[in-house]
Amino acid sequence: MKQFLEGAQAIAKTVSLCKPAVISAYPITPQTHIVEEIATLIANGQLNAEFVNVESEHSAASCVLGAVASGVRAYSSTSSQGLLLMTEVLFNIAGMRLPVVMCCVNRAVSAPINIWNDQQDIMTVRDAGLILLFAENIQEACDLHIQAFKIAEDKDIMLPTIINIDGFILSHGYEPVEIPQQELVDKFLPEYNPPYKLDVNNPLTFGSLIGPEYYLETRYAIHETLNNEVKKKILDVAEEFTKIFARKSYGLFEEYKTQDAETIFVSMGSISGPIKDVVDELRYKQQKVGLLRIISYRPFPQEIVKVLSKAKKVIVIDKSISLGAQSPLYQDVVSSFYITLQSDAIKTLPKVVGYICGLGGRDVSKEEIFEIYQEKDFVSTKFVSVKQENLGSFI
Amino acid sequence: MKEVIIFARAGQGAITTAQILGSALVKSGLYAYAFPHFGAARMGAPMNAFLRYDTKPIRLRTRIKLADYSIVVDETLFSEQDPNESLKNSGICLINSQKEYKSLDGKKIISVPAGRISQEITGKVFANTVLLGGICAISNEFKIDLLYESIKERFKGELQQLNLKLAEEGYKYIKKI
Repeated sequence: MKQFLEGAQAIAKTVSLCKPAVISAYPITPQTHIVEEIATLIANGQLNAEFVNVESEHSAASCVLGAVASGVRAYSSTSSQGLLLMTEVLFNIAGMRLPVVMCCVNRAVSAPINIWNDQQDIMTVRDAGLILLFAENIQEACDLHIQAFKIAEDKDIMLPTIINIDGFILSHGYEPVEIPQQELVDKFLPEYNPPYKLDVNNPLTFGSLIGPEYYLETRYAIHETLNNEVKKKILDVAEEFTKIFARKSYGLFEEYKTQDAETIFVSMGSISGPIKDVVDELRYKQQKVGLLRIISYRPFPQEIVKVLSKAKKVIVIDKSISLGAQSPLYQDVVSSFYITLQSDAIKTLPKVVGYICGLGGRDVSKEEIFEIYQEKDFVSTKFVSVKQENLGSFI
Repeated sequence: MKEVIIFARAGQGAITTAQILGSALVKSGLYAYAFPHFGAARMGAPMNAFLRYDTKPIRLRTRIKLADYSIVVDETLFSEQDPNESLKNSGICLINSQKEYKSLDGKKIISVPAGRISQEITGKVFANTVLLGGICAISNEFKIDLLYESIKERFKGELQQLNLKLAEEGYKYIKKI
């Protein structure tokens, strides 16, 4: 039965069905509701887990690192500055090949302080060796959590996974959500049985000093795992999830009306919802438009080129920017195209344009998406709806 | 798709109001999406909760500028602004107020002394629940029985009884006028 639940509550309930043994987190808006609800579930005896209160996100990440290293399932959640404070530890977790699962409730990064949504925070750890998934709605956020443990903990993978959800829009939004039965989750998600762990009877060292002879291979191994095992596993797990839970899960990316599309939007996260609405309205007016929604941002599915190269124009929408260069998703789409062209798998390139919107919680209206669709000029890093009067003396 | 805006100050229960109303709509077989927008993110600061509902899943997540129904929990938010401005054409606004507002261009502004009603019954100001009962009397899209069910899920014990009573009073108040 569907319940009308807040995103954070729904995620907390779902995480609890995955039976983590250790939760550690430090409060930060807009993530806090998730771990508050998990703490309540533990206090009420509904979840048998240890909640470790810590003094910072650096410690929270360290705590789940230690927990997973000791051989149990662990979970954390954070946003923005909190994620930035975890950065050092997240690289360690990936390097030690520990399958921590986390939620990043995406929020803008200071300064100036801004508690609202964009996707800049997660881009700071884009290259750490994490699996990064993006949810469009609350149901998908829950579904991806269940899948994340299964992907991360696979013996051939053993990599941390972060599920990204847009701050406030999904974390504080209420939607009808199906929280699955415990038996189904148990059937889908086996107990965590790590191939290695901290054990006094079989001592191991994690993250030790390693010389130039070996370090490069550790990076190579993570890279290869992401591009091979993880991509395959994401698809397999989505398929199995769809069967067991009788609810569609899309895997690496979702295609929405791309079949005969001449223009295809590319986006990730909750902004894909209004884009789908715009696609429907344009389709009604006989315009051939579609959307390709990225779910797995790392590993990045270069396979999208197969879908996108049939279009004449590709419009990439980012909620973050690599200041001084282009926006991250745009860079990934453009380079995927160029690499595929070089390998002769495609002969021509569509026009690929890039827009940046929604930074620091700026509303993105359907009208703005329509305007983006209609724009004829080539743009690569265009900020949507910049208000000249707000710029002051900075330009 | 219909759209509702709740005007309140942080701490006055706008999100709870949207959640309870949304839950009642979902129980009636519709899809709904409720979400808050904070201004200064501080207790007492003006804020909104938004609610969309439709026969199909809601994908639109932008803030609502004009509502089919607006619920004003705190009248002082409209000291400089006309509640008519919160509405689409033929929209209805339910405002917690003891004074009358002029309705413009086919819109309707209905005053309910929700704060006073709550104060008299509970000794506390739960104006939002009175308004929730009221809106069920305005449109049959909002079913009072399902509202009661949602309130029962949201609150337990004495708080549940108080809120049920206040919703009923709000419903009866509108039915009478």
